[in-house]
Parts: sequence; C-alpha cells; structure tokens
Amino acid sequence: MSWEVVIGLEIHTQLATKSKIFSGASTAYGAEPNTQACLVDLGYPGVLPVLNKEVVHMAAMFGLAVNATVAPRSVFARKNYFYPDLPKGYQISQYELPIVERGELFITDAAGNEKRIGITRAHLEEDAGKSIHEGLDKSSGIDLNRAGTPLLEIVSEPDIRSAKEAVAYMRKIHTIVRYLGISDGNMQEGSFRCDANVSVRPKGQEAFGTRAEIKNLNSFRFVEKAINFEVERQIELIEDGGEVVQETRLYDSDKDETRSMRSKEEANDYRYFPDPDLLPVEIAADFIESVRAELPELPDAKQQRFVEEYEIKKDDAAILTISRQVAAYFEEVAGATDANAQLVANWVVGELSGALNKDGLEIGDSKVSATELAGLLTRIHDNTISGKIAKQVFEAMWAGDGSADEVIEAQGLKQITDSSAIEAVVDKVIEANPGQVAEYKAGKDKLIGFFVGQVMKETQGQANPGQVNQILKAKLSG
Amino acid sequence: MSLDKDQVQQIATLARLKLSEDEYAESVKKLSKIVDFVDQLSQADTSGVIPMAHPLDVAQRLRPDEVTEPDQRDRYQENAASVTNGLYLVPKVIE
Amino acid sequence: MALHTMTMAELTAGLESGDFTSVDVTRSLLDRIAKHDAQLNALITVTGDAALAAAAQADADRAAGNAGMLNGLPVIHKDIFCTRGVKTSCGSKMLDNFVSPYDATVVERMAAAGAVVLGKANMDEFAMGSSNETSFYGPVQNPWDLECSPGGSSGGSAASVAARFAPAATATDTGGSIRQPAALTNTVGIKPTYGRVSRYGMIAFASSLDQAGTITRTAEDAARVLGVMAGFDERDSTSVDVPVPDYLGEIGESIKGLRVGIVRQHFDEGLDADCAVKVKEAIAVLESLGATTVEVDLPNIDLSVPTYYVVAPAECSSNLSRFDGVRFGHRAENAEDLFDLYCRSRGEGFGDEVKRRIMTGAYVLSAGYYDAYYLKAQQVRQLIADDFRKAFADVDVIAGPTTPTPAFRLGDKVDDPITMYLNDIYTIGANLAGLPAISVPCGFVNDLPIGLHLVGTHFAESTLLRCAHQYQQETDWHMACPEDFA
Repeated sequence: MSWEVVIGLEIHTQLATKSKIFSGASTAYGAEPNTQACLVDLGYPGVLPVLNKEVVHMAAMFGLAVNATVAPRSVFARKNYFYPDLPKGYQISQYELPIVERGELFITDAAGNEKRIGITRAHLEEDAGKSIHEGLDKSSGIDLNRAGTPLLEIVSEPDIRSAKEAVAYMRKIHTIVRYLGISDGNMQEGSFRCDANVSVRPKGQEAFGTRAEIKNLNSFRFVEKAINFEVERQIELIEDGGEVVQETRLYDSDKDETRSMRSKEEANDYRYFPDPDLLPVEIAADFIESVRAELPELPDAKQQRFVEEYEIKKDDAAILTISRQVAAYFEEVAGATDANAQLVANWVVGELSGALNKDGLEIGDSKVSATELAGLLTRIHDNTISGKIAKQVFEAMWAGDGSADEVIEAQGLKQITDSSAIEAVVDKVIEANPGQVAEYKAGKDKLIGFFVGQVMKETQGQANPGQVNQILKAKLSG
Repeated sequence: MSLDKDQVQQIATLARLKLSEDEYAESVKKLSKIVDFVDQLSQADTSGVIPMAHPLDVAQRLRPDEVTEPDQRDRYQENAASVTNGLYLVPKVIE
Repeated sequence: MALHTMTMAELTAGLESGDFTSVDVTRSLLDRIAKHDAQLNALITVTGDAALAAAAQADADRAAGNAGMLNGLPVIHKDIFCTRGVKTSCGSKMLDNFVSPYDATVVERMAAAGAVVLGKANMDEFAMGSSNETSFYGPVQNPWDLECSPGGSSGGSAASVAARFAPAATATDTGGSIRQPAALTNTVGIKPTYGRVSRYGMIAFASSLDQAGTITRTAEDAARVLGVMAGFDERDSTSVDVPVPDYLGEIGESIKGLRVGIVRQHFDEGLDADCAVKVKEAIAVLESLGATTVEVDLPNIDLSVPTYYVVAPAECSSNLSRFDGVRFGHRAENAEDLFDLYCRSRGEGFGDEVKRRIMTGAYVLSAGYYDAYYLKAQQVRQLIADDFRKAFADVDVIAGPTTPTPAFRLGDKVDDPITMYLNDIYTIGANLAGLPAISVPCGFVNDLPIGLHLVGTHFAESTLLRCAHQYQQETDWHMACPEDFA
C-alpha cells in the first residue's frame, strides 16, 4: 500500500506590539506573575475591550506579504470554553470573517522544485495566560500576564505532503514575520507556536483520511520529528486494521512520540457568536495601499536579487536572506569591499555565522561589524594575507583585538609575496628533504602538498600559497 | 419543543452549573417553556435579511499601541480567594 | 419645603441661594433612608460617611465657584455600577464579597460633576428580572403598595426615588429595566440611545442591549443627569462619538408640530383597559400642546419578546462565564477539582433566574441550534429595527403604554417565566433597535401609577425630554407622592 501524507499547519505568532490587543497592559516578556494583567485582561466585571491599531496594521502587512486578501470588513467572535488561563471564559477570536484570506507562499520541495502552499486564512485573536503546575502542592497557579497578547493565527491549506515540506513552510512563515517586524518569532519564549494537522490516505484516493492534531510544537526539529512519528503511527494503526481517531495529541520530545491529550477540549462546543462588545473592523483601500507601499523587500525577492545582482550561489542567497538583518549585513560588507561577493557570502555564511552561533549572538550583536569584515576581506582580495591567515585575523578581531589592519600589523601576519624570500625558503625545504624530492621527481606528484606544507610551516603560514606553489614546481622540475 | 433531562444536563455542564435534582426538574420544565415560547421566531420570514449584530452601523475604533496600565497586582488580588506568589490558584490541572 | 421633596432643580436653586447646604440635604436623606428603607429594602449598601464627606467637599467647591452640574446633589447608583472601594454586588451572592477596584465611567462623571452618592440600589440579580424579586438581598417593595413589586430590574433605584430617598438614581435598561419600574413607581425613567452612555464599569448582562440611564421625578432632572452621564468614552468600543446636546437647555422648547405615532398593535387585549384609557388621555394632552397623532404599524413587534429572550440570554451566558471564583467573587469551598470548583462556585453563587438564562443562552448558541435560534433572532431583530425606521419616516416619537398593567403583587408571577417576560412587551422593541425611550407618569389605575412610553429616533433624547417636560408642565401626576413617604 502506498501512502500519501496530508498536512495542514496552524501557526500562532505573537504580534510584537507594546500593548495588548484589547487593553493597554504591557506585552513585555518575563515580568513577575500578574504584574502585566490589567482589569480588562483579568476579565473583571464591567470592563470592555478596545482594539489596538498596530495589530490591524501588522495583520495587513502579513496579508499583503503572502499575496492574500486583506478583508475590508472583519468581525471578532467569542470562542466560549472554560479554562483557568482564559479569564473571561471566552477567547476573543475571529471566526466567519477573518482579517486575511486566501494567501500563498512558495517553498522548495524535496526535488528542488518550487511548490506553492496555500494559506487559507489568518485571523486575530487574544492569547491566554499560563498555568504552572509544579511546586504548588495540590494546586495549579495561573499567571495572566500573557492573557490578551495579540496573536495572528495563520492557517495553511492541507497542501503539505511531508514533514520536510512542513518545516520549510514553517521556516518561511517564520522568516516573513520577522522580515515584516511583526513578530520576533522567538519559539523558546512562546511567541511562535505551531499545531500540525496530520492525516494519511492511500495514494490516489481523493478523500482525506481522519486527521489528528498535534499541538504546541515549538521548534522546527520537533515539528519534523512529531509529524514523522505521527505518520508512522497512523499508517501502522490502519494497516493493523484500526482507525485513526480525530483528536488532539501532544508531542513528547523526550520519548519522541505523540500521545493523546487528556480531554481538555473533548466535546467542546465553542458556541461562536460575534462579540457584541466590539464592532466590525473596517479597512479602507487606501490604508491597504499605504501598507503595501511601506512593505520591505520580501525574502523571495531579495533572494532572487542577490543571485542576479551579486552573482552568488542560490543556496548562499537563500541562507543570507533568512534574516533581514543578516541580508543587510551582507550587503553592507559587499558594498564596502572590492572583494568578490561570493567571497563575502562564504565568509558571512561560514566564519561569521559560526562565531555568532558559538557565542549565541544575533547578527545585531556581532563583534565584528560589517565595515570591519569588509576591511578583512579587502586584505584577502589585495593579497596582503591569504584566506587561511584571514581566519586567524578574524578570530583576533572577534576577540576585540582591533581592525584587520591592526591585527595584521600587531601579529606580523602580512603575506610574504617577495619572490626571493620565498625562493630562499623553498631552497631550504628542498635541501632538507632529499628523499621526498627524489620521490617527487620519480612521479609522486601528490607530494607537492607536503612541500607546500613545509614552506608554510617555515613562514608561519604567511607565504603566498600561489607563489609558493609556482616556485616549488619550478624548482622541483629543474 | 420540550427539552429532556439529558439535554439540560449537557447544557448545565457546558455552562459549568451544578444543579440539584430539584433544580434539574424545575429547569427541564421552565427551559422547555422558554424554548417553546421562542420557537415562535420560526414563523417569521427572514429570507435575505442580514442578521443584526449591533444596533449601530459604526465601525470599530482603533486605539494607539501604548502601554497605559501600570502594575496594580496587589490591589486587584485583594478580591481573589486564593493567591500564592502572585499566582491565582485553582485545583491542580493535569494536561 | 422639606428637602426630600425637592427636585434637583429646586435643590440646586436652594444650594445656590445658601438656603441650605449639601451636608444638610445629605444628612436629611440619610436619616430618611435609615428610617424607611427597612420597609422597602431598596438599598443594598448605604455609604453614609463617604456621602457626608463628598457633601462637605461639594459645599466647599460651590463656595469656591467650582460647582459642577450635579454639585451637592445626592444620588443613588444601581448596584450594577462598579464603585471603587465600595461593595458592588449586582444583586447577587456571586458578588456579595466583591469590592470594586475601579469606578464605572458613569460614576466617575457624576462624581466629577459634584454628585453625592448615598448608596447602592437593590436590583434583580445581574439585571435579570422585571420585579426585583430575583435579588440575593430580597425583593424590593413598591412605596405605593408594599405588597407590590416596584418592577425591575432597577426596582431599588425606582423605589428610592419614589420614596424620596434621593432625587435621582442611576439605572440600567436591557429590555425595559429603567422604564418599567419608573412606570410602576410614578417616576420618570429614560433609556438613552445605544452607545450614548458608556458601558464601561457597568456589569454586563446583554452587551448589545444594555444601556445606562436615570430615574428621577421630573423630566427636567432627567435632562440634568443625562447631560452629565452621556458622552463618548474611549474605554467602550460601542460608545458613539456624537456631541451631547444641552438637554436641560432644550427642554423648554414647544412640541407644537411634533408628530406622534400610535402603534396599532399596542392597544389590544394584552393591555389593561384602564391603562389604555389613561395612556390615551396622556396622548390627548400632547395633542393639546400642538402635537399631531397618526397610526403607525410595527408588523413584527409581537416577535420582540421572543427575539429578546434569545439574544439577551445568549449574550449573558457568555458575559457571565467570567464568574468562576478564581479571581474574584464567590468561590466554593473544598473543591475536588477544577470542574467542581467551577460548577459549585457558579451553582452556589447564581440564583435560579440567572442560571435559567445562562442555560437558555448556552442552548441557543449551541451547535445545531445556532442557526434556528440565535441567527434567526438577529434577523428578526433587524426586521424590528427596520419597522421602526419605516415608522419614523412619518413620525418623530412613538407613544404608547409602558406596561400592560400597573404594579403586580410580589410573588404573583414568579412561577411562570413567560408571564414575567411579557411585562416587557412595550419596552423591548426600543432595546432591540437601540432607540432612546422614556417613561413618564400619566395617571393612576386602582391607586397604582402607570406610565406613558415615548420612543424616539437615534440620539433624539432631547426630543423625548422636551416632550416629557412639556407634558409635566400640563399635568401633575409626577408630583403625587406615596402616602407613607410624604
């Protein structure tokens, strides 16, 4: 039996506003419990919600960035259920008339082809609070700081056909929301969460199989693993004669398995109806146009431009454009040096990223600025130092030892390009290794590497490798 | 249309209301009467009528994105029956 | 003239002339309450000390030339309005222990205008009722006949004003809860246009129907108070940004040429014959003042009560979900688990009528029933609003009775919810359409007062007040005082 996997993703991204969607309390992360929960967030008697302007702006930006329709009229609805982290006993969300509809984005599938994934809708809603279950004896503790934080729930069409595609889609959404500045996408802090709806069906069957929903996946890795586990689980279940139950499941990353959630939302009738405390949100065409005009260059367009304008490899362009800040850094460096853009790309994707990851830093906190890196790459380009030495210089720069020139000067790392100086060292090496010389002359060409190594050793790596090669070959053939 | 006890129990559960046996009996009676009464609505011809959600034909006003609420946790928690370390307590929930 | 018999207009004149101080007035009314409220049970909380302090401050402000529109005037707030530092119970055991940390906008504005708050009025629990019999604090008696209900849900507000405990009381109206008790107690009750007065701090019953208003003895006093209460509030998304007219300044204008609509469907067998006579007489008085009458048709008006009893419970079932004992309000003891905590806190905290409406609401919103009930009701609501709009093409106000009968005996209607609901038959339409409406005393039937009901177009409160005031210049029903409370 050949199986096809059908996946739809629901991504909840917290919008990076200063205040909550319906109240003026702060959304800042990490505050003491309930110090950022005002009366509206606490669901006190008599209080009322008032909509945050910036939330509408951000939703509109997202809609335009994914080629969707930004609804001229959308309505908030109440989703009614009881849970301690939901103080009003209902969540203000959007149901029949969401603010964004019918969008799309493009990922690269397993075969390397561009694939379109539809976005059914994106709607606004308020986040719930948090529950703490440990350390309180027979109680759970409720912190409502997060209650009322604006969320944009982005729902994909069930167009995704594998865990890898799911991750690619999720990464794309992650990149877009960060590009737009509408979310920091911080999965550890919970500002970017993913639910995956997974089902399987025999290849060729039109009808969808029963789906299970895996909730609250907060890393790309977990999304991939959870989906893979679930797909296998479902296939095994069906092949053993069982039926997939429509239910909510959680992913246990320790055991790498999904399991059924206790009946939190079992048999819940949400009784959606339009929220009578809020009026329909109307968005004028000229507002949409003004939002469109201020959209930044989006990842796909930027990636394309990098390939065309800088003539760098597509894969590098893809990596460089994951983050708008990294892309900007790259362009700053490329603009400040005559070194080849591909070299710049290699360095940003390679050494720089490595250093940032090692120190757990974002590009904005890089210890080597774009100008400084440009300075270093210029010195490779003009042959002052070799690429290999440059790595050493970079390390020193990262450690705070100054600019490229300063480090080169201080450590005396200038490349040796004086032919007679190199010749002298080559002569020395040839004299010291008669055995290898004989073998080389006898035909063991690969030994050139050994000689180059010896010369580099003698010159602390500072001899220009190209010249060393040239001179060695000349002397060894003579 | 009459409601039966099962339906009333389901509704009471949805609404998180604990009712005594007597209250159930009363509720079945009275809710059935009310539902019967409102069933009159089915008589109205409402084809093509847009449901009214608000008496006003106005759009939602937007407020600027500013933090205007300071921390008043202690004052607000004076009304709570059970608080520890600033957290509102409920019987332990297992997820 | 005894202080308690004075209207706000008269009190203001006296305060201005220095005939007495606000402290004098306040003390006199507090004494009255202490003496008489045991009979009526109109108040849940009396805020004597705070009132005297506010009165003293008001006197000082007046002396300094800073007198606001309500300076030194005692008022009572329906216990549905949040009052900071003061118990706010909403007539319910659920909030018996609740001290509000903030003031409702209405309370803030009236305080800023110099009002002196004597206390919080008794009311039907969570504003659900038409007789003030569902209150956790016991029923309110009608000063006109202690065995009768004063109406509801603002029964305490109406009884307080009728008994001369205060010249004005704030109240709220979702299906008639200001106007019906006003009619049954010989007072003036006005429900403004939806969105005219802020709902911030007013504990929500049915959000798309609730409006705050006032109960007074004269239309002139109503104009004064409404002028302070009304106005845009950015904390309420349903608050409308429309300028507030000078109600008090405009009540003196003539109603000559005013077109008064009489609803064909109103004067049928549902209306007590004697009431019909009195209301028709009242309309004749309007005609004598220059108004003209014409019959209008509200073809869907008979569906207004069933429509209301789908929409209001639906909204309230959701609005009352926040009452779960976790952050405030009644909390059940020794809960076994979360489900038990919720079910018992709410089961214990809410009375029967409230539970009934919550369940009705949950039912009409539930899967499978939403279309047939809630959606359908909102469509019928649109039809009713359309009926009014068409009628108002030909008339300026619609006149009729406020209630089908005068005050009924306490205990009479508690067994059958539908009979109780039908009390609101004339008033509910205005809530569904969001229109302003007023009830004005227009006579007595079996020694009990009844009211003339006037409905206006959106934001036409001035027309209603003017009409009521002119009527009150020609008649003296509103001057009558219940025997035991003279």
